[in-house]
Amino acid sequence: MIEKTAAELSQALANGEISSVELTQSYLDRIKKYNEELNSYITVCEESALVQAKEADKKRVHSDSSPLLGIPLAHKDIFCTNGVTTTCGSRMLHNFIAPYDATVVGKLNDAGVVMLGKTNMDEFAMGSSNETSFFGPVRNPWDTNRVPGGSSGGSAAAVAADLCTMATGTDTGGSIRQPAAFCGITGFKPSYGRVSRWGMIAFASSLDQAGPLTKSAEDAALMTNVMAGLDKKDSTSIDKPVEDYTATLNDSLEGLKIGIPKQHFAEGLTADVEKGIQEALCEYEKLGASITEVDLPNNHLSVSAYYVVAPAEASANLSRYDGVRYGYRCANPVDLEDMYNRTRSEGFGEEVKRRILVGTYALSAGYYDAYYRKAQKIRRLIKNDFVETFKEVDVIIGPTSPHTAFELGTKTDPVTMYLEDIYTIAVNLAGLPAISIPAGIANGLPLGMQIVGRDFGEAQILNVAHQFQQQTDWHRQKPNFGQET
Amino acid sequence: MALDKSEVEKIAQLARLHISEADADEVANRITDILALIDQMQSIDTESVEPMAHPLDAVQRLRVDEITESDHRDEFQTLAPETQDGLYLVPKVIE
Repeated sequence: MIEKTAAELSQALANGEISSVELTQSYLDRIKKYNEELNSYITVCEESALVQAKEADKKRVHSDSSPLLGIPLAHKDIFCTNGVTTTCGSRMLHNFIAPYDATVVGKLNDAGVVMLGKTNMDEFAMGSSNETSFFGPVRNPWDTNRVPGGSSGGSAAAVAADLCTMATGTDTGGSIRQPAAFCGITGFKPSYGRVSRWGMIAFASSLDQAGPLTKSAEDAALMTNVMAGLDKKDSTSIDKPVEDYTATLNDSLEGLKIGIPKQHFAEGLTADVEKGIQEALCEYEKLGASITEVDLPNNHLSVSAYYVVAPAEASANLSRYDGVRYGYRCANPVDLEDMYNRTRSEGFGEEVKRRILVGTYALSAGYYDAYYRKAQKIRRLIKNDFVETFKEVDVIIGPTSPHTAFELGTKTDPVTMYLEDIYTIAVNLAGLPAISIPAGIANGLPLGMQIVGRDFGEAQILNVAHQFQQQTDWHRQKPNFGQET
Repeated sequence: MALDKSEVEKIAQLARLHISEADADEVANRITDILALIDQMQSIDTESVEPMAHPLDAVQRLRVDEITESDHRDEFQTLAPETQDGLYLVPKVIE
């Protein structure tokens, strides 16, 4: 049962083939057995999960039939969860017990999900390999010498290894899509503002967006149905009705126009991944879609612009960690200045400090126009590229990452790591929705295909992803890790 | 643009971070590398381009300024490293 999608489990629960308590217990048993090696969970909530599961079973008896009722999930440790430690992968918050639920957590609770625990992540979501976590790296279940991607690496590894049915994640520059690609699962980043950021610990406020990591596009639609929507507590959440994203999953792709950006099939893309994506595109042609090459001429500037915008916003957001109200405080400060400096130097890891410094520099007197303002102008050019392209095509498809999962400890230079997100970052700068789905296996490792849609084109890209998953079984492939047959 | 040790110390001071003498050169080199990556965007003329602060060019939603939240001071202060009589304690600032 544990390998099934949420949609399938929903049926099994409704038919009485299994109870939520039994299902929850199977995942808890697997977590006990396998989490030590994967390190995908920072906190496991055994007791409260079983309470929630009992509650869900009770509700079902009283004919509650919400699709996610009783489905066990994990939350990325960036979401505040009332009464549960919420670390954001940092020493700074290692002892922080959130006094409230993030909007996303509350909405999923209302839908009757069972929270198994909180997943590991790059510290403050800054990283593409899950190696910057204060709680140690997560291992990729497909090859435990390799990274799961990041920053939502714990969520991706947990879904891939069947340590939960589905998980939440956040995506500022690729942090849902790239780990989904590396772990062979589905990862969906909705449009900026579609899902509330309230209670989601801030990294770069104009880019951050929450979304689901799942075993299928259908499950991503089910989760997005619950997660999306206006939240008055988040002034950047968008006041636009939420569609039923499952309603159009089965629409035909006949006549769909797919754009292939030439910049995503250029130097740096490995032959394995290119071959996988080309084969996936053939599937779309069989489904009646047409494929044309498109141009995103400013794509190569996206990483540069991102590494101004994101660190600048992060340096402002992370100024709140001062050792006064919550979180880590250094021992025996001699004065206030010493307390601030040592609390922050000891509480933050190397990568977080580096980004705070870059952001502080970019925003400091005399440099604002050359850096932050310039990056915002580049951001406009990148958005315009997409706007022009979407006049010609319905969706843009390419690889999620230039290669499959790399080995732990092999990318130690920050700039090399930043270039990991070369295909995903422009999407955040433009605020567009995008999904990564498994599209093949190369040398025993999954590879991901990215589908990008128009502003609020969630329903369309979920439909395009779902139709691919009806024709192929890449999303059903499992790592050998933890197989008990 | 290359950053030297003294510039890094200045930024670190602005960010309330302490960089040890031993780490300063390494940090300066890493940040110089990152700035080189960032400087790629200087190669293109953006004179007539309007900066984009929000991907949908949306404006901040405002609400009426009224009290909507209840008082959680005691609950929140249980999270603090040090409090007294409802106040957050920090090292002495004025002698």
